Amino acid sequence: MAAGRGNGTGARRRSVKIHEYQAKAILANFGVTIPRGEVVLAPDEAREAARRLGGRVVIKAQIHAGGRGKGVAHDPRTGNPIPLPGEAKPLGGVRVVRDADEAERIASLLLGCRLKTIQTGPEGRVVKRLLVEEALDIEKEYYVGIALDRALSLPVVMASSEGGVEIEKVALENPAAIRREAVHPAVGFRPYAARKIAYGIGIPRALTGAATSLLSALYTATERSDASLAEINPLVTTRDGRVVALDAKINFDDNALHRHPEYRELRDLDEEDPLEVEASKFGLNYIKLSGSVGCMVNGAGLAMATMDIIKLAGGEPANFLDVGGGATTEQVANAFRILLSDPNVRAVLINIFGGIMRCDVVAEGVVAAARQERVSRPIVVRLEGTNVERGREILKNSGLRLTVAKGMEDAARKVVAAASGSAA
Amino acid sequence: MSILVGRETRLLVAGITGREGTFHTRQAIAYGTNVVAGVTPGKGGIALTADGLEKIPVFDTVAEAVEKTDANASVLFVPPPFAADAILESADAGVPLVVCITEGIPILDMVRVKAALTRSATRLIGPNCPGIISPGKCKIGIMPGSIHREGSVGVISRSGTLTYEAVFQLTERGIGQSTCIGIGGDPVAGTSFTDLLELFARDPGTDAVVLIGEIGGAAEETAADYIRREFRKPVVAFIAGQTAPPGRRMGHAGAIISGGHGTAKEKMVALTAAGIEVVSSPADIGEAVARRLASRPAAR
Repeated sequence: MAAGRGNGTGARRRSVKIHEYQAKAILANFGVTIPRGEVVLAPDEAREAARRLGGRVVIKAQIHAGGRGKGVAHDPRTGNPIPLPGEAKPLGGVRVVRDADEAERIASLLLGCRLKTIQTGPEGRVVKRLLVEEALDIEKEYYVGIALDRALSLPVVMASSEGGVEIEKVALENPAAIRREAVHPAVGFRPYAARKIAYGIGIPRALTGAATSLLSALYTATERSDASLAEINPLVTTRDGRVVALDAKINFDDNALHRHPEYRELRDLDEEDPLEVEASKFGLNYIKLSGSVGCMVNGAGLAMATMDIIKLAGGEPANFLDVGGGATTEQVANAFRILLSDPNVRAVLINIFGGIMRCDVVAEGVVAAARQERVSRPIVVRLEGTNVERGREILKNSGLRLTVAKGMEDAARKVVAAASGSAA
Repeated sequence: MSILVGRETRLLVAGITGREGTFHTRQAIAYGTNVVAGVTPGKGGIALTADGLEKIPVFDTVAEAVEKTDANASVLFVPPPFAADAILESADAGVPLVVCITEGIPILDMVRVKAALTRSATRLIGPNCPGIISPGKCKIGIMPGSIHREGSVGVISRSGTLTYEAVFQLTERGIGQSTCIGIGGDPVAGTSFTDLLELFARDPGTDAVVLIGEIGGAAEETAADYIRREFRKPVVAFIAGQTAPPGRRMGHAGAIISGGHGTAKEKMVALTAAGIEVVSSPADIGEAVARRLASRPAAR
């Protein structure tokens, strides 16, 4: 809350998500074995990369979403799935090819396509980067990952003999297949714990040495890079006796990015919502949703509760927007501008509980922004807390068409009515 | 009565010379909190000039402040990169209650702090929280004192302003609060819902509890389990984030539905199954508490 924001050191940070190839590079730096591979941006680069990697390669679309293998590539012009000659299924986001020629052909289809997966939502993501990797002869697939166990307040190393499947799914369907080792920070992830996991998920005896070193390297990478989640899924054993990270995912702890300025450069703005990027510049916490009622709230909990009450009143929230505990007039104005630039927004609810943030300051910000933006969409304002009378006065005397609400329920009802009214 | 803080609390403010530290110390004193010391490394011995703070001595270390003033609680207005260290410094000095307001402390720092605190008698509230208040007695943190009223309802919440909303609804209906605690919005918290429910269970001055949770983690489910087993006072709960999309962090570092877990629905089901009244609208919290108190036998 306030202490972080007010002094500018904690600030609002932006979540940095990274691609598979970037996650693999970080893991490789700490000693995790990854397939030989290259990132390419054009079909002819894919051909060259395939040639260098020995001809038979895997082409993997790089987007910030999982489920790529089972995803469907859509033609950007027609919007239809891209068919493959002689095959029943259309092109997906991951494809094994025989040689450099085919690598170039598949790359030309994938680059620029819209890849829709279970995690992208119906709009999919445009593919702009490909990872070309040597194709391995896989013996068996496993899962390994490290995440925070919130109940224990400790990192936990998880592994399962069911690779390529989401760990949550395994946890539901076959919990006995999962091995877990919590790690005490003063002790660290010890070799015995790595061995317990390797034996526990049935890594062949000849490869347990390689597997335990990989697990230790994964733990070190997670700790040193302040990852909140690191997953290798699948981890594979190969016919030539190697243990390799076939896919990798890393989420950074946003709070620790000040220790890792280099990770900010890994950000791919193409993968982010433009309004969210814009909001992050002003230290605003904005998440775009699909409804028609825009909302601006101070505090994350109250912002979520405001979305909830909009839904209960029969509307759909257009966004989550937390202006923070100590927002200035300028921040309020920027927040207002950003949420109004979403064309789906038909009405706006401003819900502020002034504690540290005084209601009169909020009211001034709202009035300034509404004047500047020449807002024609209906605005409902609910103010409560410190200096509320002065705040309401400012709104009333502004000459703007603002609806003042009393209480959250009244506010939600009024804004939902306004949103559906202007839709008619 | 109340829990954890009251008239006997002697508060130390770490980061008292910073903008936020100064502002909130003045607010605390105006509310009646007994602020006995300030700590800012390198500024020990300076005279504070801000209105109302002139008599508060400033020390370089928490240990010295505790030794000279017998402070028994500390509040930290310290930037995130230094906050973990500040928590440990208070624990090392033997401060029994540490309230950390700071938002943005790295998870790994908190994992280490939490592990260290298990070997100490110090209780940590927060981080990333509004603090703790026993209305009419002692206010530690950034919540507006004026919306509170002395009374017998305990409030525990992972949020800041949503807590104010709930408290406001109570006060509006003439229902006072014994103690209100924000446990914070981070994935690693010093004190849990359950820890505080245990204290409220033993507090004769608390007749009912409001529990405000949100998406992410399973602290609400753990609390539900505890309440079902042994908590006998009425509880009203609200869970924020019923409309939150999965996989997105909703402002708070800990407010995220991941792998299909930590949804509001799961939590509401668990709490309801434990016999707790769960309101689906945040506007109904005050009314629900009023109803529960009215239907209770008068004597306790």
